[in-house]
Amino acid sequence: MAVCVAVIAKENYPLYIRSVPTQNELKFHYTVHTSLDVVEEKVSAVGKALADQRELYLGLLYPTEDYKVYGYVTNSKVKFVIVVDSSNTSLRDNEIRSMFRKLHNSFTDVMCNPFYNPGDAIQSRAFDSVVSGMMVQAC
Amino acid sequence: MSPTQWDLPPELCCRPLAFVALTGLDVVYNAVHRAIWDAFCANRRADRVPISFKVLPGDHEYPKCRTKRTSYEWYIPKGILKTGWMNKHLNLVPALVVLFYELDWDDPQWKEKQSECATKVEIVRTSLQGRNTKVAVVLIQKKTPLPPGEDVVASERASALCNACDLSGKSLFVLPHTDHLVGYIIRLENAFYEHAQTYYYTEIRRVKSHKEFLNKTTHQLLFVRHQFKTGFFSELKQDTQNALKYYRTAYGLVHELRAHETNMLEIKTMAGFINYKICRLCFQHNTPLDAIAQFRKHIDLCKKKIGSAELAFEHTAWMSKQFQSFGDLFDEAIKVGLTAIQTQNPGFYYQQAAYYAQERKQQAGQLCSHEPNVGYPTPDPLDTPGAALDFYGQRAWRQGHQSIDPPDPEKEKKGILALQLKEKDIPHSVRVQTDFVILILFSSKDPVKKMLCPSHRHTHMVQMGEEYYHAKDYTKALKLLDYVMCDYRMERWWSLLTSILGTALKCSYLMGHVKDYITYSMELVGRASTLHSEQKSRIEKNLIKVLMNEVPDPEPECDPLSVKAARALWNERVSLAGSNEFTIEVQDYVPFVQCKAKFLSPSFHVDDPVQLNVYLRADCPHPLRFSKLCISLSNQEYNQYCVVEEPCNSKDILEPSIQENMCLVPGKIRKYSFKFVARFEDVGKKIEITGVDLMLGSDSGRCVYLNWRGGGGDAASSHEALQASRSFKRRGPASDSLVNWDTVTIQASTMVISRVPKVSLQLRHEPPALNNEMYCITVTIESQENTAAKDVKLTAGLKPGQDANLTQTTHVTMNGGEMCDDSHPALLPDIPIGDLQPGQKSLFARCVTTGSRIFLFHVSYTMNTSVEGKEITCKCHKDETVTLETVVPFEVAVKFVSTKFENLDRVHVDVPFLLMTDILSASPWPLHLVTSQLQLAPTMAAIDQPESQVEEIVLQTGESASECFSLKCPPVPTGTSSIVCYIPLLWKSTCAETPVISTVVTLPHVMVETIPLYVHADLPSFGRVRESLPVRYCMQNRTGLVQDVEMTVEPSDAFMFSGLKQVRIRILPGAEQEMLYNFYPLMAGYQSLPVLNITLMRFPSVAPALLRRFLPSRIFVKPQGRPGDASIAAA
Repeated sequence: MAVCVAVIAKENYPLYIRSVPTQNELKFHYTVHTSLDVVEEKVSAVGKALADQRELYLGLLYPTEDYKVYGYVTNSKVKFVIVVDSSNTSLRDNEIRSMFRKLHNSFTDVMCNPFYNPGDAIQSRAFDSVVSGMMVQAC
Repeated sequence: MSPTQWDLPPELCCRPLAFVALTGLDVVYNAVHRAIWDAFCANRRADRVPISFKVLPGDHEYPKCRTKRTSYEWYIPKGILKTGWMNKHLNLVPALVVLFYELDWDDPQWKEKQSECATKVEIVRTSLQGRNTKVAVVLIQKKTPLPPGEDVVASERASALCNACDLSGKSLFVLPHTDHLVGYIIRLENAFYEHAQTYYYTEIRRVKSHKEFLNKTTHQLLFVRHQFKTGFFSELKQDTQNALKYYRTAYGLVHELRAHETNMLEIKTMAGFINYKICRLCFQHNTPLDAIAQFRKHIDLCKKKIGSAELAFEHTAWMSKQFQSFGDLFDEAIKVGLTAIQTQNPGFYYQQAAYYAQERKQQAGQLCSHEPNVGYPTPDPLDTPGAALDFYGQRAWRQGHQSIDPPDPEKEKKGILALQLKEKDIPHSVRVQTDFVILILFSSKDPVKKMLCPSHRHTHMVQMGEEYYHAKDYTKALKLLDYVMCDYRMERWWSLLTSILGTALKCSYLMGHVKDYITYSMELVGRASTLHSEQKSRIEKNLIKVLMNEVPDPEPECDPLSVKAARALWNERVSLAGSNEFTIEVQDYVPFVQCKAKFLSPSFHVDDPVQLNVYLRADCPHPLRFSKLCISLSNQEYNQYCVVEEPCNSKDILEPSIQENMCLVPGKIRKYSFKFVARFEDVGKKIEITGVDLMLGSDSGRCVYLNWRGGGGDAASSHEALQASRSFKRRGPASDSLVNWDTVTIQASTMVISRVPKVSLQLRHEPPALNNEMYCITVTIESQENTAAKDVKLTAGLKPGQDANLTQTTHVTMNGGEMCDDSHPALLPDIPIGDLQPGQKSLFARCVTTGSRIFLFHVSYTMNTSVEGKEITCKCHKDETVTLETVVPFEVAVKFVSTKFENLDRVHVDVPFLLMTDILSASPWPLHLVTSQLQLAPTMAAIDQPESQVEEIVLQTGESASECFSLKCPPVPTGTSSIVCYIPLLWKSTCAETPVISTVVTLPHVMVETIPLYVHADLPSFGRVRESLPVRYCMQNRTGLVQDVEMTVEPSDAFMFSGLKQVRIRILPGAEQEMLYNFYPLMAGYQSLPVLNITLMRFPSVAPALLRRFLPSRIFVKPQGRPGDASIAAA
């Protein structure tokens, strides 16, 4: 399903990036990094007044030739980015949403861990397996 | 194999315009014809009809029309679209040929001219044999024509001419060569345009009519061709909506073609063309979303159609071109007014184009790496008999071939080989390619910049940098990469930073830039890099080599040729003496050695040594030796104390402990402590660490200074410190042996403060101070120093910086014997005390106003002391402040009363009155009044000698003392005046031996009035019932005038009286008049006397009541004693 899943800190540095091992990892890093501007734009476009009831899911950030990049911003401005192969046309918006929701739940679990220091790279095995679950379906 | 092969043909990219040929115009020699031609082609703005004109000679040969096929039964098409077709219809085959002919209606040689014209028309017709092209005739006339219908000759001759030329009436025009040329021309144009449209309409019909002859099996190619042609004709007809429809159908048909390796290129080429047309029209119709959708569909469909695997680079080249041309279209649309959004902008497409161009280069590198002995096949399979191919997208060696298998495998192989060699062998292929990519990237940079999309731009710059690297333009590559590096570093994208650094390292290696090489490898070895430890280890080894002034091993994946050149460069660098010292500012990088420097305390006393720790930690995989660590401080004199240096190269074996000290073991923290004594002059100043320098390498080889500004830290450390502060891992103070790196905070500055004084300062005084009092404060300074304190100085007085009024109303003196006045200052600075054994000082302060004020006592002294075996002279000082409350010692109340003890608000001339003072003590101490003294104003006189009645009296708190003086005002020339007098009081506080203080109390003003008539009564002190009581009233005229006085005596119940009851008398100036009455009391006790009313006729303002105040109003009447009552008589 997903070919790359990334969690980006509020300050726009990566907390977690994983991609399908078969492909050029670096390329995904660039893709995710490039998408951050779009995320920022989308978040700021919503406006401050509506910030409370803002929809966390940002939708398709931008399609590149081979991939579709989706974004999601938590209330604490942590960004999730999921990159999907654009040949995978069967994937519906709803499924992406549910992926993000799953990711968010798992991320919340990570944050709830008293031994996790917010701002550090995520090294949780549980989180890893959730992400793997999203990626496995692709194969 | 030039890159232009993939460019879209210009005839595809232009906007098709109806083509109209003009003949019979001699634009070179005939001025009239020239003017006509200019009017046609000048000012072709958007409001003119879309026609492209061309002047052709009358006997111009138009392309021959092939004989029309009547049946397609046996026809097998050789390709989709002929390369010349579009050009033919744009520029060669006109929709309308216009014949210009100079002929007036009334021309004398009409007949001859008419037949000449008919011949010319015939010539044109012949050369257009078989085409549907229309012919029109324009007669250039010198005269302005008459309105239609009026000129009978004209209409007659016109129809004759039409018959002769076989023209319809609509195709004959008249162009009068007069003033309104342009207007006529525009009308002509519109007429031409109509004809052209009809022509293209018939063309469309003609092409469509072929359709019924076609069958799906053999004529698939023709379906596409015909749809494309109708689309193109529709465009020429300016019917873009229909054109779009035809193109869309054509696009669908292209993908229905049976695709196989041999015709893949052709299909893709045509698909690309049609797609371009569709996108272009969509943008033109202002439906950009349709264009984008179409393009996406196109790419999705074509992406997988790679075709021959051996020529995969062709596919990527084609893809790149597709993206680029779409980007161009998009960009053009934006220029015209379309607004792009961040997710949809030309930059994207350019970026993709660049990406494919890069891929093409890679594939070319893989596929075209033939052995050098493989020669270019002869004869050249790419050579075509004509100048160009017959059909778009076909192979030169098998044109028109449409079956699945290549006709000649041998030829095919040769052709592919030729293509591959061309891709590789064109001398500047790589270079041209790279420039091409960079060109695309540059052109894409602009819209992205416009879209304010920094990270996009960064990605582009990385791509460009890498392109430059591949193009061996390392300087430019480094420039770009350096720029991006900073941002990625700031944003903490270590993975991206590492990849860029890797490229940058290669660049710097290949250029032989020692400093850059060291900088990049430093960061690559450090903690921010995501490289594996083996790679880090390799880089560190190289780094160590460089530090030893040796040539590093080449970076992997470098072009072997360049490596050779680089090696030579490095050898040159190594042999070159000098310039082997580098300073690298590591603050903005994430170097492999971390440094934190801290003063142990934010402040140090001058008599304590300043202590400073520097912590170093290496993140590299191998231990690292450094040769010097030095710290620069803001006062450079201390720098000498803060150096760790290798003692001597020759002796280093003997001192292994030092060696140990100079080695950084990965992951271990090394601490270096420094200690120095601050200089006496630096007291009160800040000492700052301005930099830390770590020297790697050696003086003999190559030495590199890593320089940290301030107290260390680098681009990543502030964030790490923040994370560490949040972390649960933060523990209490770490022990000295095991320092937790994250808990070490940088303390880059410290204050040198003066020595703690060992003196005591005691103040003895008894608050509160009384107002005006000489208040005594006793200061006791006691030295507890081991040695004598010298130059002891005391500053005492009002603390500066308080209310300015306080400064003026406070006076301080050392001399208690005399009163101080305004000349005394509020603060006595630097009272020299000399070398002090404990001593005392008394200080007197006088506060003129009440309120609280702060007094400061400041003792300073110098003394010698030794720190760390060093003798220093210290200045010490101690401050003591005290807040003093000032209160009023006593209050004085004053009142004037009459002799009858009635309160007076004014006094009268020559009438005695009393002055009473009450002194109420408010002092907390018993107050000793020494004396008081009445000082009278000259307008007032005491009746007797006034003496102080409060001499030597001690008043306790709350007690009061009173005085009473009898006073009288002598006459004053003016009617009224006010008098003031003072009572200076001398007093002192009983508790201290202080001088007597004199306080002046100002008495309130009182009004003095003169009265015109003074009345007083002489009467006994008491009367007795039924005994006569003689009363004499004296009236004195105090004016210089004769006064008329009317006197009446009112009857009273208590008295009978004899004398004048009502009288008017006249009193001379200064004279006195006596009035005698005998009162006869009737009742005992206090009785009101009969009221005497005096009215002054001249002074009606003087009320009788005023005068009555001078007279007694009552008298005590004793009862009548019984005769012989002894007791009463005794009383």
